[in-house]
Amino acid sequence: MSNILRWCSNLFYLFIKELRSIKADPIMLVLVVYAFTLAIYTVSTGASTELKNLAVAVVDEDNSKLSRQIIGAIQPPLFQEPVALNVSEVDAALDKGRFVFVLDFPPNFERDILANRDAELQLEIDATAIVFAGNGSVALQNIIANEIAEFRYGGGLTTATPVKLVMRSAFNPNLNSVWFGAMMQVMNNITMLTLILSGAALIRERERGTVEHLLVMPVVASQIVLAKVLANALVIVIAATLSLLVVVHWLLSVPIQGSIPLFLLGTIIYTLSIASMGILLATFSTSMAQFGLLAIPVLIVLNLLSGGMTPMESMPVWLQYAMKTLTTTPHFVSFTQAVLFRGGGFPLVWQYLLIFVGFGAVYFALSLMRFRSAVLKG
Amino acid sequence: MNEAVARLQGVSHRYGKRLAVDDLTLAIPSGCMAGLIGPDGVGKSTVLGLMAGVRKLQAGSVEALGGNMAERRVRDAVSPRIAYMPQGLGRNLYPTLTVFENLDFFGRLFGQGAAERKARIDDLLKATGLDPFPDRPAGKLSGGMKQKLSLCCALIHDPDFLILDEPTTGVDPLSRQQFWDLIDSIRARRPQMSVIVATAYMEEAERFDWLAAMDDGKVIAEGSPSEVRAKAGKDTLEEAFIALLPEEKRRGYESVVVPPRVVAPDETPAIEAEGLTCRFGDFTAVDNVSFRISKGEIFGFLGSNGCGKSTTMKMLTGLITPTEGWTKLFGQSLSGNEMEIRQHVGYMSQAFSLYTELTVRQNLDLHAHLFHIRKDEIDARIEEMLTSYDLADVADVLPDGLPLGMKQRLQLAVAVIHRPSILILDEPTSGVDPVARDSFWRTLVSLARDRGVTIFISTHFMNEAARCDRISLMHAGKVFAVGTPQELAEQRGKASLEEAFVSYLKEASGIPEDAPELPAETPLPTPSPQFASHARPRRFDPGRLWAYARRETMELLRDRIRLWFALLGPVILMITFGYGISFDVENLSFAAFDQDKTPQSRALLENFSASRYFSERPDIGSSAELQSRMKSGEVNIAIEVPSGFGRDLVSDKQPEIAVTVDGSMPFRAETAKGYVTGLAVGYASEFARENATTALSTVSIEPRYRYNQAFKSVNAMVPSVIMLMLVLIPAIMSAIGIVREKETGSIANFYSTPISKSEFLLGKQLPYIGVSLVSAAVLFLLALFLFRLPLKGSFSLFAVATLIYLIATTGFGQLVSSFTKSQVAAVVATAIISIVPAVNFSGLVIPVSSLTGSGRALGLAFPPAWYQPISVGAFTKGLGWADLWPNVLMLSGFCLIFFALSLVLLKKQDA
Repeated sequence: MSNILRWCSNLFYLFIKELRSIKADPIMLVLVVYAFTLAIYTVSTGASTELKNLAVAVVDEDNSKLSRQIIGAIQPPLFQEPVALNVSEVDAALDKGRFVFVLDFPPNFERDILANRDAELQLEIDATAIVFAGNGSVALQNIIANEIAEFRYGGGLTTATPVKLVMRSAFNPNLNSVWFGAMMQVMNNITMLTLILSGAALIRERERGTVEHLLVMPVVASQIVLAKVLANALVIVIAATLSLLVVVHWLLSVPIQGSIPLFLLGTIIYTLSIASMGILLATFSTSMAQFGLLAIPVLIVLNLLSGGMTPMESMPVWLQYAMKTLTTTPHFVSFTQAVLFRGGGFPLVWQYLLIFVGFGAVYFALSLMRFRSAVLKG
Repeated sequence: MNEAVARLQGVSHRYGKRLAVDDLTLAIPSGCMAGLIGPDGVGKSTVLGLMAGVRKLQAGSVEALGGNMAERRVRDAVSPRIAYMPQGLGRNLYPTLTVFENLDFFGRLFGQGAAERKARIDDLLKATGLDPFPDRPAGKLSGGMKQKLSLCCALIHDPDFLILDEPTTGVDPLSRQQFWDLIDSIRARRPQMSVIVATAYMEEAERFDWLAAMDDGKVIAEGSPSEVRAKAGKDTLEEAFIALLPEEKRRGYESVVVPPRVVAPDETPAIEAEGLTCRFGDFTAVDNVSFRISKGEIFGFLGSNGCGKSTTMKMLTGLITPTEGWTKLFGQSLSGNEMEIRQHVGYMSQAFSLYTELTVRQNLDLHAHLFHIRKDEIDARIEEMLTSYDLADVADVLPDGLPLGMKQRLQLAVAVIHRPSILILDEPTSGVDPVARDSFWRTLVSLARDRGVTIFISTHFMNEAARCDRISLMHAGKVFAVGTPQELAEQRGKASLEEAFVSYLKEASGIPEDAPELPAETPLPTPSPQFASHARPRRFDPGRLWAYARRETMELLRDRIRLWFALLGPVILMITFGYGISFDVENLSFAAFDQDKTPQSRALLENFSASRYFSERPDIGSSAELQSRMKSGEVNIAIEVPSGFGRDLVSDKQPEIAVTVDGSMPFRAETAKGYVTGLAVGYASEFARENATTALSTVSIEPRYRYNQAFKSVNAMVPSVIMLMLVLIPAIMSAIGIVREKETGSIANFYSTPISKSEFLLGKQLPYIGVSLVSAAVLFLLALFLFRLPLKGSFSLFAVATLIYLIATTGFGQLVSSFTKSQVAAVVATAIISIVPAVNFSGLVIPVSSLTGSGRALGLAFPPAWYQPISVGAFTKGLGWADLWPNVLMLSGFCLIFFALSLVLLKKQDA
């Protein structure tokens, strides 16, 4: 048998062995299934940044038809029913965080408007509720402006201005946050599980001493590492694909604009690079517990600083560069958004695939370099 | 024999479904050296644990030192008179602590003052010959020294009843002998002390005054060694043990007969090693080892744990590259054509190291393929192995559930499946019962004699060593004798191999042959009369609490990974969160598609380029370009101004402008839409003001961003992130703190010493509160100086509340540790349980006022939701005690609740 054939045959049987090991670990399997089904569903539908249920209070010192009309327009689901307060209660209520907004109508507000005098409304905002304060106050101001225009001209805001603004949201017409949340969650889980699974696969062998056994046989480190990387990446790619089609597309009815085969191609290369990174991390720890302590911060950093939670451009420039040169994940986030959200094709994203390959090669080479010494010392 | 020191009546004990002790009734005579003998897994440890009160009694009754061990009060009173040394080399020691620090810790647990501790420790160290190494970490001691130190720890409080669980397993014969002599001398000094020892070495049991042989949770014989031998009618205890086993276990047993080897002259040696040396840093594990082993020879390798046996074997298999020297297998150098040679080697490592997730057959199959056995032969070969190694019945079973002897057979089958000519076996028979061990040896003998396989085997058992063609004795990295067993014994003029080995070891360690086992001039530890012993322990003793707190701190400071996680983890995560969860939408890239190009359209677009939220990109030339640039993500907002815009605007025809926003990130798009609307409205009213005939009054809405005028994400996020960090990391750390002890076995000290549950919990909690306070201070400084947050409110409120919050969160970690058994489970469970309420229901993203129903309740049921208003209040809202004292009160309540629950759930005995 030629050497290449032997090499491939070893890889194949080690690969099968890895698949069997994954199959025999019910906890990991439950974690994978949970992460790609329930977790995606609950996180994307639950923790949303869509405006909802905001607590508003009003101080109505005017108590006129207009002020009551505006108060009446502040309604669920965007806002809770407004609560009436006295001026003296405002500070304490905001300090305690009971309301995000307090709207103050000054005395004679309606009379001033009818007399065509300038009038001013106070809107107190608890700016520590950062996620909702900004967009919520825009929504609130729109409601107020609309009601005043209605009161003045009997029509809406649009009839009053000299320019008509037609606004359209590309790729997600209703700005449904589930679309975004669900896909980002799939991506986060791909990263998280690939890293944990591949790292755990190596740690398990180290803890049990089986990897020593392998190294005594006519098997080389590159076969062992590659088998682990391939097997774990395969499992994750399959789970992620099913999750995308069944949970995201079918259950949450999120439309997928781009090419799924293209996304799959990218995901395969990406998971291979992250699986190599998992192995690399595992060479730095001797036990599962140590690996956990190392992996938790790494995973949180990868998930939060890669542009999947908040846009890359809001981060300091040095941090953007650091993330993009050290890790694959920011590129994968850009790749996924380009393919799945905006329907970008191969000509638009091929350079991402090259980047994944590059990172994968570097991580793989590093873990091979560390493998023998790390595994045998521990 | 006198009165019994311990009595068991009808005791049964189960672990899950497995019955470990089966209706056992036994009386251990007092004032003598008693032994429990039998192989691994027959229930010896369970019996000892029950007598020591460290295991919870399930059925039957146990009495020790005259007290009923089922009652807690009795245990509390009796336990200071009992010393318990658990199984495993140095299991009750703390490897990063030095010899002195270990002993000091135990002294403190028994309430000894500084002078008394010093005196006792000096005595014990001198008596055991450990006095030159008081500052060596316990983890770096040899096996024999570890066991001596464990014994010192057990003896520090002058116990009346000493319980030793396999104290000499894995220890070299000299250290073993020294250990027993040490016990003898201590007993000579304190004749009232009773000792019970469990051991798997039958030959050791000869020196006991009384012994009980156990099998399958039952006692099969008891009495003095001579009585037991006489009962079975055999010469040695090992043979007697086999003879006393129930009929079905002895079936098929034959004693091992080694036929003489026919030596073929002038062969290339199968294994040849020259000057093998292996160093790890400045530690020399193997020092200049050489030997030649010829084909078909059974070569035995003797030595204690940690003497370099395993390292030597790893060098022979090529697992470790020697620092110096070389190895040849069949005349071929290992470094060269490695893959080729590996085909001829079979290896079996110390512990069971096959895949437990693969069945017996799958394990064989994997190895057959990796050794490239020809495809058409594989199935036949696997069947052959299954039959000849008696594994056919369990072919499709996972190895985990198999008895140890069968697992070892499987390991051997795997090691020989490719018909190797060399077998390297590292302690293949440790812990296996004598019947299985002998059957294992019959297979080895047949492989060597019938197939000509060269066997290199390491062992602790002298009777196994005696069967080898040649043996080598190794100690502290050096081989100091090689020869046939008879030669070695004769050279030393000794009757048995064991005595010869001890004599060699003495020579190697520079002890004169006829010297007593302990240096004669060393005075035996005499208890100083001024130290009163065995006073009933106080119920709550700050000294014991401090002992644990002190020790935990030292361990934590010496564990780099945990310290890294505790101190650096929060910093990294704080920076990550501070920058990563930003809801500031800035630098939105926009491009204009201006089809009008009039002063009016340019004025409109200038409004956008002037805004700090937007950054302008080159103009768009066509609809197709607009599409593709949006798709690539290069442009977030496209503004389309139709031709005729200027004209229509001036003639008051209300022209349209079309704005397309990239909706792939909804939050960003929503905010962008708000900005665009604002700019468009601003432009329109400006235009109206300039051109209108009748000026209309303005109604302005004045938004006042309270607490955070610049409306920056960091100002709002950072205080909440402090809340998150100070629950996640301290809770994980303190959970690991306890679960680690369960994993390493040092939890036994909690079970067997007078420390109370509350002392243990508080003592273990203090260091983590301390470390977390340091990291809280770092986070506080980061908030002030990196993220430039002002501290508007009360610092004293923040400081006090943070301390109480940390007590609560570390207490929560301890609560989690009371129901988790492994560190992994502790980490995962703590992370999940604390992250869900802290992230979702404590005001990090969604304001608490927007939460309803179960989410709100879930949030309020955990400390983070109460601490978040304090952190935010102190930093951005400028609040103080008057506003937030109820939250501080609630946090204190959590501390008490978590502590009380942990007290209830933590068990002072093992299951």
